[in-house]
Amino acid sequence: MNARNEVATPSDTPVVSMRHVGKAFPGVIANDDISLDIRPGRVHCLLGENGAGKSTLISILAGMQQPDTGWIEIDGQKVNISSPRSAMDYGIGVVYQHSTLISTMTVLENLMLGVTGSAFLNRTSARTRLKEISAMLGVDIDPEAQAADLALGQQQQVEIAKAMWKGSRVLILDEPTSMLAPQAIADLEASVERLTKDGIAVIFITHKLREAFSMGDEVSVLRRGRLVATIDDETLAGQSEEKFTSAVLAAMFGDDISTIGNRDDVELLSGAKTATKVRSKSVPVAEKFMLHLEDVSTASTPTEFGVSDITLKLRAGEVIGIAGIDGHGQSALAEVVAGQVRATSGTVFLDGGDVTKLGVRARQELGLRYVTDDRLHEGIVGDLSVALNLLLKQIGKLPYWKRGQISKPDVDAEATRLVNDFEIRTPSIHARAGALSGGNIQKLLLARELSHQPTVVVFNKPTYGLDLKTVNRVRKIVKDFADQGGAVLLISTDLDELVELSDRIAIISRGRLVGEVENNSQDTAREVGEFMVGSAHSEGNHV
Amino acid sequence: MIDIFTTAFIATFIAGVIASAIPLVLGSLGETLGEQSGVLNLGIEGMMLFGAYFGFVTTLETGSYALGLFSGTVAGVVMAVLMVILNIWLGLNQIVIGLALTMLGGGITSVLYFSTYGQTTPRLGQTDLFPIPVLSEIPVVGSSIFQQPLAFWIALVLAIIVAAVLSQTNFGLRVRAAGQNPNSLDAAGGNVVRTRTYSALLGGAFSGFGGAYLALITAGTFTPFMTSGIGYIAIVVTMLSRGRILWVIASSFVYGLSVSVGTVLQLTSFDLPTDVIKMLPFVAVMITLIVFARSSYVPPALGVPYTRGAR
Amino acid sequence: MSNPMSDATGMIPLPSDGQSKLSKAMETLIRTILPVVLALLTSVVVLIVIGKDPWFFYGEVFRYGVMGNGWQQTIRLMAPLLLYAAGLIVVFRGKLWNLGYDAQYLLGSVVVAGFSPMLIEVMPLWAAFTVSLILGTAAGAAWTLLPAALKARYGTNEIITTLMMSFIGIGISNMLVRGPFQNPDIHVPQTRVLPIADMFPQIPGTRIHIGIFISIIVVLIIHLLLTRTSFGLRLDVFGSSPKTALHVGINSPQMIIVLFILSGALIGLAASVDMLGYQGNLRANINPGYGAAVLPFVFLGRLNILTTIPFVAFYCILDTGGRLASLDSGLDTHFLMIVIALILVFMSVIEYFGVKKDLGQSYLPPGLRRAVTGLFEKGDRA
Repeated sequence: MNARNEVATPSDTPVVSMRHVGKAFPGVIANDDISLDIRPGRVHCLLGENGAGKSTLISILAGMQQPDTGWIEIDGQKVNISSPRSAMDYGIGVVYQHSTLISTMTVLENLMLGVTGSAFLNRTSARTRLKEISAMLGVDIDPEAQAADLALGQQQQVEIAKAMWKGSRVLILDEPTSMLAPQAIADLEASVERLTKDGIAVIFITHKLREAFSMGDEVSVLRRGRLVATIDDETLAGQSEEKFTSAVLAAMFGDDISTIGNRDDVELLSGAKTATKVRSKSVPVAEKFMLHLEDVSTASTPTEFGVSDITLKLRAGEVIGIAGIDGHGQSALAEVVAGQVRATSGTVFLDGGDVTKLGVRARQELGLRYVTDDRLHEGIVGDLSVALNLLLKQIGKLPYWKRGQISKPDVDAEATRLVNDFEIRTPSIHARAGALSGGNIQKLLLARELSHQPTVVVFNKPTYGLDLKTVNRVRKIVKDFADQGGAVLLISTDLDELVELSDRIAIISRGRLVGEVENNSQDTAREVGEFMVGSAHSEGNHV
Repeated sequence: MIDIFTTAFIATFIAGVIASAIPLVLGSLGETLGEQSGVLNLGIEGMMLFGAYFGFVTTLETGSYALGLFSGTVAGVVMAVLMVILNIWLGLNQIVIGLALTMLGGGITSVLYFSTYGQTTPRLGQTDLFPIPVLSEIPVVGSSIFQQPLAFWIALVLAIIVAAVLSQTNFGLRVRAAGQNPNSLDAAGGNVVRTRTYSALLGGAFSGFGGAYLALITAGTFTPFMTSGIGYIAIVVTMLSRGRILWVIASSFVYGLSVSVGTVLQLTSFDLPTDVIKMLPFVAVMITLIVFARSSYVPPALGVPYTRGAR
Repeated sequence: MSNPMSDATGMIPLPSDGQSKLSKAMETLIRTILPVVLALLTSVVVLIVIGKDPWFFYGEVFRYGVMGNGWQQTIRLMAPLLLYAAGLIVVFRGKLWNLGYDAQYLLGSVVVAGFSPMLIEVMPLWAAFTVSLILGTAAGAAWTLLPAALKARYGTNEIITTLMMSFIGIGISNMLVRGPFQNPDIHVPQTRVLPIADMFPQIPGTRIHIGIFISIIVVLIIHLLLTRTSFGLRLDVFGSSPKTALHVGINSPQMIIVLFILSGALIGLAASVDMLGYQGNLRANINPGYGAAVLPFVFLGRLNILTTIPFVAFYCILDTGGRLASLDSGLDTHFLMIVIALILVFMSVIEYFGVKKDLGQSYLPPGLRRAVTGLFEKGDRA
């Protein structure tokens, strides 16, 4: 069971094999007859767009879900991974996409959560184990730091340490790069390389082709729950990036590829090539500031940063991107602009007028819109109809409500128009909004926010978790809105997206804007990354 | 007018503070165990009444205080089992179930008491005291603080044990994780349901013990609905203490003080109506809540049933 | 995945996809009636265990609650309890917990009991009624202000604050009965008794007073407000997600305060109607405890006032008959509290299974499943 005693050379005997694994949820087949071999000392990349079934496959390996059909073999023995605990006992460690660290606890306490077999907390032996693992990963982790104080890259190292705590032989990394700065990705790659040299098998989930090509020794592609292609190490080693891209894209999308967009779009969306700005035709930018924040601060909560002393000026026809690690004040920024959070100091100007004291509705009337990232719990009321959700911000207003009473014909007519314009796929405008797919819910939100004369729109992670077809569509909507003279504040953790759409990119860290990059060269992503990493280090972190 | 500065009076006063504070200390410890693991026990009032009644009956019938306290504790656990099944295993609404358990505890004990002791309304005698050698010889403080029934010392030791368990053991770490972020505990291989189950059962034991202490030692008898809100105050104490046991003890004694001050005022020339004295602790709690309105904090996962994979 | 009770507190009923209307109706009926039936059956077992005759007890409940003049008493009790139910529904739809109902009711009662004898002496009867109703309503509403403000301003947990305010309010109402409002002519702490002539007129030949009409009218208006207006829709949005409410621009602090005031006002009005129509005076240390009793039924009625009416009627029979039946059987009247608690438990459990069925999931709860399988795994882990 001890990985450190394994032979250090890659062996062809698989550690983990999945055999005919299937898993269905009401309405979707998440995994369909998947067979896969994971071999030691290699990085096995799992590629596929959102909803292809990567996460389900991982949660089965992690013991979070049980397969409906098929089985898993470890060292050729059929096993039953009934819980996360049993996955660990079999030597499978997982780093989830969303942090599972408890922010109010120290690094050491987080790591000791998995300890069993003794009644009392043994901090000394935990420290020793952490040193061993840190050495293995080539990083330095302060055991007494609060998890909340760590930068994302560091948090991820702690997560890896947690996954390796019991001597895992298989390490699963679920989209580990999706929110990392380029430099942090390089650190991660280095750690992964050290682990594979020790004979550990790494399963690396990503939806970016170029990462799969550069990091993967083997690549498997999932599409609609099925395993559609596997490229073994020899083939991959002998393949050019171009050929790899064509093969994988064909597998990932099949015949649907043309419905998503043109070849360039698809390559950009799937991260096959480095992102570049697509808004090349420069729209004449007005001189007047549509949105202007002057030294704005908000209160912090125990779980999330507020913003401190933010100054930001946005013109009509301009897109400002906000880059940064998730939870560093992005939501507070969006909400203080939208009027959902009060500024504790500073001023918010909209089209020249001071709106600091105005509430959400008043700012909406002035043309300000906010497309929230929490689509399901903030954006819509799942139990209400699509029609009512489309008009959720018009409740009580003419012509949809007359003397406090709903005017059904007006509501239905407007809802039908929006459903058609934005191609929202719903059985009817009277269907429950909560029953729509994620992509259609996002289209619903866009339809609602972009109707009734918007002038300034805040988009918060607008494409997060969506399928590429919808991603492409949403990005086009953002782009079109800006091209028609709208002012856009685009908050995203997807650096590619920011580079594609923004004119300028500001970097937020711990609630402060720590830098700004003009998006006019090939180096934008690297420059933004430097601010992200640099700021995290300079703010006195414990690494 | 009674001279309130006689030593005997002060001694009685201090003893009164302690007698009213201990049931609350125990109840709050029980509530703390539950809340730290993410279970809101709104039915603690019913659990304490259960403990009080069955403790009372046992001591009345057997004459043994030890047996009484034990059976009160067991009664608390029995009700906690019901809560575990409904709240933790089935994941039902913890507020609705809490209200139901409060009514169940109040209803059952009052119906049983009425049909068994309704005519006789028996009382228990004084319990044996367990003086601490030397210390109990100190004037005033000695007789009031260091001459307490054994149950008092047990309660204090239990408080220290709870504090130690929460901060120094693997179980305590898992309890806190279950309340902070059950997903993390699950992902780390811990069992959220099991952790919460043990924590809530322990909490039930403490509540039952607290109720029994109230009936056997503080009051010396059982009357229907005798807890009259102590359980709810325990919830407030728990919320303000945020798992810090010293705070639990300190705020419970503040409560004991507010109960005893009322009695003292009534004995002196102030003609304070009983209604005011009964209200005093609640007014104190309300003022505390207003003052600390900003900082009342509960674990993020409190009251949320855990479903794996749900976000 | 959906949380079972968020549907049990049923803001908006789930749509019936691919199910016939009839079978859906049957299912709703089962989901609402079954908890009551199971609770009554369990209470029969409880009665047998404590050595009482369940047939005699429930026979007496029926005899006093329905037969003879019993039905009039039942309808008389419905007047305050319908308003009470509406008061609870208003806040529960906003997913706020007003558990300070006992004090709101008692303060409404004591204010009316204390002032109306004086008012009647100085103004015509109809004016005295009006002023009394307003005073009682205002007293109930006022008692929600502090918890509402704390919740709106600081997000302080309203369950705790309303409970604390409840104990304080009960104390104050007792103080008023023993103090300024005490009937000076007798030694027992109680307020002056309103003469029958100065109370609500009764329907000739019955003991049903006009309060029931006031109650029905007010309750219908509230129902329309909740279901037909933009306010009602805003309330539903707020209730289903305060986060969405903030996003949409609903003024949440204002909504919290409005809902609490409305709730307290309806409960205060309930108390006033009963005081002017039936009780006529208030004694110290009396707490009818209607709030906790009505609570399960507003959930069974899915927070819809119209569907709650039959449940309130059922409870009124149980209450009217049960109090007298308890006396006859030598039972503590708190026996009804056990029945109510059992209804709450069975309601939650049945709702849980219903939601599982809707989602097409296993009936065995994951917690139980894991706990059970966990027991077997335990061995090979150590």
